[in-house]
Order: sequence, then structure tokens, then C-alpha cells
Amino acid sequence: MPRNEASRVTGEWDDGGKRTGRRKVIRYGVPVAVAGVAAATIGLVPAFAGAGDPDLPEISAQDLIAKVAASDVQQLSGTVRTSTDLGLPELPGGMGAGALGSGQGKGGASADPKDKLMELASGTHTLRVAADGPDRQRVSVIDKAAEYSLVRDGAKVWGYDSGSNTAFRATGPESDAPKKGDQRRAMPKGLGDVTPQELAEHVLDAAGDTTSVTVDGTAKIAGRDAYQLLVKPKQAGSTVGSVRIAVDADNGVPLRFTLTPKSGGAPAVEAGFTSVDFAKPAASTFAFDPPKGAKIVDGDRVRTQRHDDAAGDLPKGLPGGLPQGLHEARAGDGGGLDVIGHGWTAIAKIEGEGEGEGKAGEGKEAAAGQKAGVPTGDAAKFLDSMGEKVTGSFGSGHVFSTRLVNALMTDDGTVYVGAVDRQSLIKAANAAK
Amino acid sequence: MSRAETVVGAAEVRVSRGPSPLWTLGLLRNEIGMTFRRRRTLVLLAVLALVPVLVGIAIRVQTEDGGARGGPAFISLVTNNGLFLVFTSLAATLPVFLPMALGVVAGDAIAGEAGAGTLRYLLVAPAGRTRLLLVKYASTLVFCLVATLVVATSALAVGALLFGLGEVTLLSGTTVPLAEGLLRALAVAGVVALSLIGVAALGLFVSTLTGSGIAAMAMTVGVVITLQILNTIPQLHAVQPYLFPHYWLSFADLLRDPVYWDDIRRNLGLQAVYALVFGSAAWARFTTRDITA
Repeated sequence: MPRNEASRVTGEWDDGGKRTGRRKVIRYGVPVAVAGVAAATIGLVPAFAGAGDPDLPEISAQDLIAKVAASDVQQLSGTVRTSTDLGLPELPGGMGAGALGSGQGKGGASADPKDKLMELASGTHTLRVAADGPDRQRVSVIDKAAEYSLVRDGAKVWGYDSGSNTAFRATGPESDAPKKGDQRRAMPKGLGDVTPQELAEHVLDAAGDTTSVTVDGTAKIAGRDAYQLLVKPKQAGSTVGSVRIAVDADNGVPLRFTLTPKSGGAPAVEAGFTSVDFAKPAASTFAFDPPKGAKIVDGDRVRTQRHDDAAGDLPKGLPGGLPQGLHEARAGDGGGLDVIGHGWTAIAKIEGEGEGEGKAGEGKEAAAGQKAGVPTGDAAKFLDSMGEKVTGSFGSGHVFSTRLVNALMTDDGTVYVGAVDRQSLIKAANAAK
Repeated sequence: MSRAETVVGAAEVRVSRGPSPLWTLGLLRNEIGMTFRRRRTLVLLAVLALVPVLVGIAIRVQTEDGGARGGPAFISLVTNNGLFLVFTSLAATLPVFLPMALGVVAGDAIAGEAGAGTLRYLLVAPAGRTRLLLVKYASTLVFCLVATLVVATSALAVGALLFGLGEVTLLSGTTVPLAEGLLRALAVAGVVALSLIGVAALGLFVSTLTGSGIAAMAMTVGVVITLQILNTIPQLHAVQPYLFPHYWLSFADLLRDPVYWDDIRRNLGLQAVYALVFGSAAWARFTTRDITA
């Protein structure tokens, strides 16, 4: 390196500046090259990771399902990334999660697992999960500069929200009975203690007329080789395009769950491990003492367990699980519930005191004499702005659409909800009349 | 004027062909001394030290009637443990105050010399432009560290005074002894300082472009603020992971149990890339341009 470049540059300048120009180009090439290499690395690393689909021996869908059923992995810890894009309309001022969380609202500072886990229903989240046997689990939702942890150790369930420094206490069920029950319910009944092979057969039989189940290639997930199980509804009218479940080739643990709507685009629901370890997590992981100074909320009657499962087992969703789950969620809204159809195109019909009544109620009260109870004035305008007006032999109503779930609310307050397109909803409403 | 000293010193060392590492060290020491003797730098540091005081008093006043809610990160945890004031203050200063102070120092590094007409004298010394640039960058980095530590120390003192110290509850709800909490606080300060190396390189590059120190400072700070605004626009979601402020708040992940490294690693990697790109751009510019001032 010349000691005094300043004079040298001047000297070269006198020579005609050509060499200076070249040197300039070379030197400026360095930052450009660095940026290029960095961009290429960032761009190519995921591409390489994707291209490196592992070579695994062929396996039939039945064997793969059997593998999942036979999987007896009890201990794992890892990081899960979930992203949910249901296409729900944006509500102003964070009303979205709050409104869904049945509004126990104390300014959003609740450590109630129910409220917290509702937040997972939209957007992208990082979760850390750990499990050791059926009785000890931990789920932590990693937020920006905050964290929500749900720890279960036997009968003790603790939730801790660092954002509001609140701890939530509940007593969980002693044994694993409800959890097992949940999983069984997702499968056809009468499958007490069958072998995984038989179980897989039953699942495929049951899926037969409504669903196609195939093995579709392999993938590398969280550094592990995995088979991809592709589940596709056969029924026309379903809004679900496909469900893809990546299953660890080694031990049959589902590693990633992807649900793509028929309309295409980004997955509506994606949950998968970004890192996973099947070693026994440290015992301290499941130990929890409420921190000094934290506010403690007692919430024994809350259905902690269900949500615990919902979050912990997200990637483990079984083929039938999702539509069923949707119905369960809707069922909670009360009123007379009817399920029309079966499989993917099942439609829930909620009558009478359903949530529709609440919204349309204003109109109904006002026009008590009118039989149909058509919403009038502002209420009608509000409905028109939210949903699309449709008519059929059932009368008229509004269709509210998201990417996955459509709902038809007729003017007399009956609500039809399902993961089906609007034609199917109208047909169902017509048929129900 | 210490510039004159440098020139004299340089003349003495001219005997050997390449300047010895010791000489570079001397140059660095000189440069750091220059930076921290400036009244402007001292005022900047004083302002930074004042931020935790204001935050601490604000929390104290607010929590006298019920708990604190909203506001910067960790604010609800401060009342239980003054140590959290360190994290709150760093979270509050990292987006604006720290980059602004850094922009002033980094932006002034070359442009200030050029503006004052001292740059050509500095180059007479047998330091070489590359070495001079490295020394300038190193002293800017030292400023990053000192500025962060000033905020942290002031916050710790204010926190201890107003709220007291004690066992630390991590974000995961685990309680650790104060000693470990202090260690984590030190690590947080380190990560915050490292989060600024990208801005420092950017400031240095801008500083080589212009002969006016003020213009360099304004531009550096402007870029930092613009990128942070872009970082909040949801429609730009696809490019945001490549903006250097994107992972700044990831230092909070050091307070989880176990520590969540992913975002911290991404943050540091991103800062390193920015430092390399803008550092080499500054080098390309500085070693090829004509020094007229």
C-alpha cells in the first residue's frame, strides 16, 4: 500500500487519468461484489435447502399413515413457526384478536391461555414447544420483546405473560385421557387397540369417497428427512385445495402441516418445525414458579387443556381434524346447531339465537311485526358493507367470505358456515327451506 | 490541536518502511482521544445518559396509580426490578437516539476533517488512506460501545435508585439470580452495540462522499429514520428482513430461557453484511478520490 496515495493519485491524474479510472472501477467493484455475494447467499441457501429433497425409499400412503400411528415419540423440543392467513377482514385497532377472544378485555393484558392462543389464529408466530411424555408440555409464544409461556406439569398448568407480568393458574386433568380421546375422535369410531397397519387401512377406507390420500415426494424439514403426505378433498365445492403433511421418515412424527386453499396463493395455514430435537428436554423446562411481583389469576374453569393441545399438536392435525375443528369452534357459539353434509363440504347451520341474531337483532326488534325481520337502516347498510348480498329460494341474505371459510347469514338470522364455496352454501340454504 | 501532534509523530516514525502496528495503535488512541475530547461528543453522551432518567421517572410517576401499560418494551417489568430499566432504556434509545449520536460521530469522521481542512494534513502522515479509514471506523465502533454502556449504566443506576434490584424474572417466567441478570444485561448491551456497526459503516461511507460534516450527519440519520419507517409498512413485508433496523429489538431474546438465538444471529449477520458493504464502499471512495480540502 503506497504511503501517500494523495500525491500518487495526482501524479496519475497527470498521466491522463485512465489508470485511475480503472482502479476506481476495481475498487468500487468490491462493495458491489460483497453485496452480490451476500444477496446470492441469502437467495440461494433456501433454494439449495429446497432442492436437496432427500432420496428416500418409496412408501405407500397406507404405510406412511401406519408409521404416524405407530410413532411413539414422547419427548421432543423444538421451534415451530406458524403462519395463518385466513383472509379475515382487517378490523381496526387490533379488534381482530380481541373480538375473537370473546372480549374478556382488560386492555389485552390477560394471561388467559384462551385469549393468547386466539392471537395465533392470524399472522406469523414463532413458538417453542417441548414435551416429555403425556403429562408434561410447554409452549412458549415468542413475541417481540415479550413472551407468553404455557407450562403443564401433571395437574399443574401455568400461563405466564411477560408483557403484562401476569401469571395464570389452572388445574389440568390428572391423566392424558382427554388428549387420547381427542385423537381418537378424529378417526373413525371403534378402533380400540388395533395395529397401526389396520388403523391406516381404516383411515384410508374412511377417507375413500371424500378424500384422496397420496404420498407426494419428500422434503427436508428442520434438518430431518420427511415424506410428504398429500391429502386432497375429492368433493367439489370445498374451499380447501390440499393439505400437505410432512412426516419424519425416521420416527413418523408430523413435522409440518400446510393447508392451501383452492383459490391458490400462500397457504392459509402453515405450521412446521424450524428446528426439532427428539432428546429428553431438561426437567427444569417444565418447572414453573410464579415470579415474584407477578399478578396471579386463577382460572380453573377455563378449558386450558384443549388449547394446550391445539397449540402443541398443531402440526399433527389429522386429515379430518380441520373441518371438524372448525365445526367445534363454531359449535361453541351456541344456538341450535345442525351439520349438513359430511366430509370436507360439511356445513354447519346455526339457527335462532346464533351470532347472526345478535347482529341482525337490531332490525328485528324494530320490525317486530315483520315476519322476516329484515334488518333495516344502518344495520342493513353495515351488513351490505361487510358481506355480499345474495338471494335464492331460501330468501335473501349476505355471504361473508374469507379465503377458507364462507358464511351465509340469511335475513331471518340463520347462519350457514363451512369451508365450502358460496354456491354450496346457497344450495344448502335452499335445501334446508 | 492533536492533528499537529499526529503529523509530528508521523515524521518521527518515518524511519522504518511500513508503520508498525504499535504506531497504528497510537493513531487509534489519538483518534479515540480526539473523539471523546470533543465537547459535542460529551454532550451527546450526556443526553444519552439522561434518557433512562426520564424513562425511570416517567414510569415511577405513572405506576403510582396502577400498573404501567403500553409504551416501550419491558415497561411492566421495571417496577419489580430496576434492572429492567436497562432493557427498556436500550429499547427506547436504539431506534433513534443511539443511531443519531452515532450518525454525528461517524458522519463527522472524514467529512468533518475535510470541512475543517485538516484531512490533507492527516494524509501526509504515513498512515495510508486505508489505515486511516480503519482507524476512523474503529474509533466510531468504540463510540458505539461507550454510548451503549453509558445508557446501560445510567439506566442501572436510576433503576436501582427508583425501583431497587433483585432476582430477575426472565421473559419466560423463570427467575434467575441478580448476578446472572447483570451478566445478561451486559450481553444485551454488547448486542445493542454490535447492532450499530451497520449504521457506523453507513455513516462512514456517507462521510467520504461529502466535504460537509453536517450533510453527512443529516444524511446518515435520515437514512436510519427512513429505513425504520419502511420497516413498519406492512406492504413492504417482503424486503423488511433485509433492512438493518429489522432485527434490532432481537436483543430481547437474550432474556428468554433458554436464549432464543435465531433472530440475534440474523441481526448480527445482517449488521456484518452492511458493515462490509458500506465499509468497502467507503474504502473504494476514500482511496480513489482527490483530496482537495
